[in-house]
Amino acid sequence: MNAPQRIAASFNVEKARADFEILSRTVYGKPLVYLDSGASAQKPRVVLDTMRDFAQSEYANVHRGVHFLSAAATDRYEAARRTVQKFLHAAHEEEIIFTKGGTEAINLVSYSYLAPLTQPGDEIVLSVMEHHSNIVPWHFLRERAGAVLKWVDVGDDGSLDIEALDAAITKKTKLVAVTHMSNVLGTVTPLKEIVARAHAKGVPVLADGCQGAVHEIVDVQALDVDFYAVTGHKLYGPTGIGTLYAKRAHLKTMRPFNGGGEMIREVMKDRISYADAPARFEAGTPPIIETVGLATALDYLSGFDRAAVAAHEHDLLTYAREQVRQFNWLRVIGDAPGKGAILSFEADGMHAHDLATILDREGVAVRAGHHCAQVLMERFGVASTSRASFALYNTRADVDALVAGLAKARGILA
Amino acid sequence: MTDHALRELYQEVILDHSRHPRHYGILDQASHKAEGYNPLCGDKVTVYLKLGADGLVSEIKFEGKGCAISQASASMMVEMLKGRTAAEADKLMQGFLHLVKGEDASDLPEDDRERLEVMGGISEFPMRVKCATLAWHTYKNAVEEGKNAVEEGAT
Repeated sequence: MNAPQRIAASFNVEKARADFEILSRTVYGKPLVYLDSGASAQKPRVVLDTMRDFAQSEYANVHRGVHFLSAAATDRYEAARRTVQKFLHAAHEEEIIFTKGGTEAINLVSYSYLAPLTQPGDEIVLSVMEHHSNIVPWHFLRERAGAVLKWVDVGDDGSLDIEALDAAITKKTKLVAVTHMSNVLGTVTPLKEIVARAHAKGVPVLADGCQGAVHEIVDVQALDVDFYAVTGHKLYGPTGIGTLYAKRAHLKTMRPFNGGGEMIREVMKDRISYADAPARFEAGTPPIIETVGLATALDYLSGFDRAAVAAHEHDLLTYAREQVRQFNWLRVIGDAPGKGAILSFEADGMHAHDLATILDREGVAVRAGHHCAQVLMERFGVASTSRASFALYNTRADVDALVAGLAKARGILA
Repeated sequence: MTDHALRELYQEVILDHSRHPRHYGILDQASHKAEGYNPLCGDKVTVYLKLGADGLVSEIKFEGKGCAISQASASMMVEMLKGRTAAEADKLMQGFLHLVKGEDASDLPEDDRERLEVMGGISEFPMRVKCATLAWHTYKNAVEEGKNAVEEGAT
């Protein structure tokens, strides 16, 4: 197959690919075809270079010393906060709390915001397509505080049922926790509408933006969302760094998270007072180099015409969707209108892991398993799926390699 | 080279076992049972045993869902374990674990080694070794802990 590469006018994929050194390597003698960016994206050279340069020229601990380097590092660290603020269109700097990732961001909301408010019988509304990181922290509240988890189903195409969600919000609901974009189905949820419905009943909304922030332009003010969790490594940034956006109105009532240095105002033998946000939630020495790396990654991504990147990714998804139609033994899971660039599927007589092993030997990296979404797997009656997820650096040739690999796997396994 | 490794892994014998697993299903008279689960891929296997005096595997069956490797491995395992004493079964398991990790399995009796050799291809796929060993660890678990599981299940 030799598909023509249709390039969006303002996005040059070949030029972008050159920024990612790893894409030129081979795997088992075959060119790497990386279709697992939904798990973690590759890092452009500028991110790696900036992290190294920073470590070599401006590094020290932040907010601590009075010396030159400490001031320089603190400047970079706080500048990174403003970069994230801009990226998410947050109104205030202190609404950006650095965490070690999306998981910690959601756990922070569970522990600092919701736990103190939760009485036995209080409800948390979730969708069945949540990642475990947006399920388990709420299970903790179920176990420890008697919270009740209420699940909102998705349609057979993977669309969120907004009316069902609305109906699930009752007087007992303390929080709606929902993904912005499903890591399995690619479904993009109508977040603004969800927030409007929840707020109409006085209920705040947490959005898991680990996938959404990569593929959508996020404006937390326009969305009016209360909490928005982001991880850096899916955004072409390093691991170990993420962000919680928390609306200023909530910050004052949120109790401290981890205890340690940086998050206090005054510590005495018999009393303690805490720093204001965001420091209150950032105990200990943060991942400083990674934070600088995250800001660089966001600048990198923002340097593109995001709409053109989205159009490029959508083209890959549409092309892949068309190509796999030829396989009558393959079932795509998740076909919601406007979905993001993730293709999950199940193949008759071929287990996802066998398929992934054969694709791997063709140089094609896909994810196989339950994708940390076992509730969703149960909804669709599958134990696991294979998932190809597309990033800005993927091409139609990558899709062709996937499709050829699928045909080969069929030849071996079926 | 690559294709060779894949063909080694997915040999006809393996695919045949995975499509038509032997001794598949629930063993009503089981004296021991255990459930194995690989949280990474969601593979599940339940091993049912009827152990005789001094641990003789007089009956063994399995059921489960999973990839070709885990299903084939379970199917071959039950076929080979039936009729073994506890000591023989242990030795077989140790040999199998060596084989799939690409280690020396020469202490296996020759006919056992010949039968299990088809699973040797897995050693080229370290990420998949757990698929092959799931059933065996579950068997071991059934022998060691599985008596209670049956009794609890019966009440």
